[in-house]
Amino acid sequence: MNLSPVWLTLRLAAVSTSLLLVIGTPVAWWLARTRSLFKLPVESVVALPLVLPPTVLGFYLLVALAPTGFLGRAWHSIGGGLLAFSFTGLVIGSVLYSLPFVVQPLQTAFEAIGEHPLRVAAMLGAGPVDRFFTVALPLARRGLVTALTLGFAHTVGEFGVVLMIGGNIPGKTEVLSIAIYNHVEALEYGRARLLSAGLLVFSFMVLFIVHFSNRRLRAREP
Amino acid sequence: MNTRVMRACCRASFAGLLFAAWFPVHAATFPRPAANSTVDVAVAADFIDTLKALGTAYARADGGHLVISAASTGTLYTEIRDGAPYDVMLSADAATPRLLVKQGLAVAASRFTYARGRLVLWSRSPRRVDSKGRVLRTGKFRHLAIANPQFAPYGQAARAVLRNLGLWHSLHPRIVYGEDVGQTFQFAASGNAGLAFVALAQIRDPAFRVNGSYWIVPQKLYAPIEQQAVLLSRARNDAGALFFLKFLHSAQARAIIRRHGYGVD
Amino acid sequence: MSHIDARLTLRRGKFLLEAAFRTPAQGVTALFGPSGCGKSTLLHCIAGLEPAVRGRLSLADEVWQDSESAIFIPPHRRRVGYVFQDAGLLPHLSVRGNLGYGMRRAGRARQDTNFARTVEWAGIGPLLERRIEGLSGGERSRVAIASALLRDPVMLLMDEPLAALDAQSKADLLPYLERLHSDLSIPILYVSHAIDEVARLADHLVSLEPGRVVASGALHDMLTRLDLPLAHSDDASAILDAVVTGFDEQFQLVLLDFAGGHLSIAQQKLPLGTAVRVRVLARDVSLSLEHHRNTSILNIFPAQVLEITEDRPAQAIVRLDAGGSVLLARVTRRSVHSLQLVPGAVMYAQVKSVALLR
Repeated sequence: MNLSPVWLTLRLAAVSTSLLLVIGTPVAWWLARTRSLFKLPVESVVALPLVLPPTVLGFYLLVALAPTGFLGRAWHSIGGGLLAFSFTGLVIGSVLYSLPFVVQPLQTAFEAIGEHPLRVAAMLGAGPVDRFFTVALPLARRGLVTALTLGFAHTVGEFGVVLMIGGNIPGKTEVLSIAIYNHVEALEYGRARLLSAGLLVFSFMVLFIVHFSNRRLRAREP
Repeated sequence: MNTRVMRACCRASFAGLLFAAWFPVHAATFPRPAANSTVDVAVAADFIDTLKALGTAYARADGGHLVISAASTGTLYTEIRDGAPYDVMLSADAATPRLLVKQGLAVAASRFTYARGRLVLWSRSPRRVDSKGRVLRTGKFRHLAIANPQFAPYGQAARAVLRNLGLWHSLHPRIVYGEDVGQTFQFAASGNAGLAFVALAQIRDPAFRVNGSYWIVPQKLYAPIEQQAVLLSRARNDAGALFFLKFLHSAQARAIIRRHGYGVD
Repeated sequence: MSHIDARLTLRRGKFLLEAAFRTPAQGVTALFGPSGCGKSTLLHCIAGLEPAVRGRLSLADEVWQDSESAIFIPPHRRRVGYVFQDAGLLPHLSVRGNLGYGMRRAGRARQDTNFARTVEWAGIGPLLERRIEGLSGGERSRVAIASALLRDPVMLLMDEPLAALDAQSKADLLPYLERLHSDLSIPILYVSHAIDEVARLADHLVSLEPGRVVASGALHDMLTRLDLPLAHSDDASAILDAVVTGFDEQFQLVLLDFAGGHLSIAQQKLPLGTAVRVRVLARDVSLSLEHHRNTSILNIFPAQVLEITEDRPAQAIVRLDAGGSVLLARVTRRSVHSLQLVPGAVMYAQVKSVALLR
């Protein structure tokens, strides 16, 4: 049994989730606190992957990542190679596709904190960045755990975008969901069954652990 | 190689004979279908444009109209096995109709080769692909897209070509895989892959404006891509389906299929 | 003497706050007004928590905000201690964590003698390892005050610290607030809508009406100015500063001296020489042309009428000078007529009851 799709998928999910945190947290923070006119448009853009079929995103990415597309050109100009059919391309796709799953729980958590604890911290001498790390993040930790899990799990479960821009190269872009699809297409039901069961058990365990730790966090919550 | 081609041809003609023998008996038992009758056709992705053209001609020939569901052959097989309500399947291979017959899901005598796929090496850039396909050796490309040979007939053909040219191992790292020949074509059409092995029918499609450059791969480099049709068991007594299959055998239909870039007997 | 100088404008939707006042940068200044008049918002503005506020604000020679010169010191650099209305604390930290949070940011070592002293002062030693959620209202308030003090502030802002407490917790906390007043050298701005709290704690008063400052000045003057609404409320009163001069063991009365004479009040014994503040309600003061001997009223002293304003249909408020101390008396308009009360007339003020504030 070839396990490279499993490792590839885990690697993709880990890299994408880390990037999502780095990108999604400031976005969520800004969305939770801004009164800017741009709030609604940005919120809507972030939520787009929720409603769009993955094929739409996949299509745009396919066009944008191409050597003649704007992302492909920009990437090339900073010395990068071809984005489509590459791990980097998959990461870009996954990050875009999973963005709402990270931003929305975080935004909700940040909004739930409210202005008050931040004002208390400001009055105790904490600057904005200080407040963010010592008050907002600890108070939003349940949202953070949810965002992390959803981002990770959604990347693991992603299919459409990867299908369209991955070129399912074994070991490079052939992730688990694609491998399963390929096995089904090739009528190799045994392998498909094995991988699917593995993914099912894995997903269950992830969700279980999250709910379990969330409950413990809640128990310790003020 | 040649013997395989021969055998395939024989088999195809044998199936045609069988159908010819079987069909009139049934046709006699059933009245001609009503003008507005419909036939549900499951078709492999590569053939969809051709089938649409066939559908127009079929309707004009007073045969009713076609409801077309296109997907990869593997997907269609799964759907049929799970009871999808198709009358006729136009597969991109011969193995799947054979399997359906073996499992009692299709009528054995109805199976025949309606088209033989022609493989081309294509690029959307003009002049990149020469008339001998030498670009594969000179290698001025980053990615070569082929359909997934695990299951896609055109992918198997492309792999055979590369093996016969002795290029499979050297080009392997540059190959990307489409789920079917449609996606493979898309990889190259979007410019993400410089070259792709696709179906001749795809670049013959009048709706597709970019011509690019291509090399029609000589038939001797790959086993024929026999695309077989089969009547599904649930439509065994469906007059419309029977009439459509008869139409597929007609000279008019074969001319349309040939015009779209397929080989026909 | 240095001052807190504020000239601030804030527009939020339909609400416009235009607050200009100047108050000494020492002692307790009460920001007093009815609910919804913008007191808390003004406190937010002073702390720097309302970025939209325009105008100028300075404490002594430190300018915290000046829109004209584009100066705006962010809230965390103003070094104010802030006690929020609900005694806001950081819910994810323990009591010790809360105290340490501001301390560390003020550049203090984690637990110096100041820490120990403050913890002891606030009586929160046993609470240090507790979580915030488990604290009672009064405990929260004391932790919040201690945490604000440990932040090493140049000014303390308190937003109705007693409002959210039940009567018992209020009574328990008041002594702490009084001690703050006497122990602290930094100015305190104290928001309240309860005049008895203000009378007890404040030295200066900024009186607010919805959206604006009506007047500001020393507490004694502000309470007795007849052009201000305070002197016309049901609880209109005057504050007298007095010193304990004796104790009547037989009748258990504390004897006090103030600028206008003597007072004796029913009160537990106090050390001689203690400076106290007493409050005299206008409705507890009656006027008489003669010094009656045969009366149950203990506290009678001469006073000169300074000013008279008709109040409600039947009543008038009389402002009196008792040897330099100002008193208010609420009388009927009929009495004004029959006693022929005019400015300059000398009367006897009969004080029915006196409340010792501190």
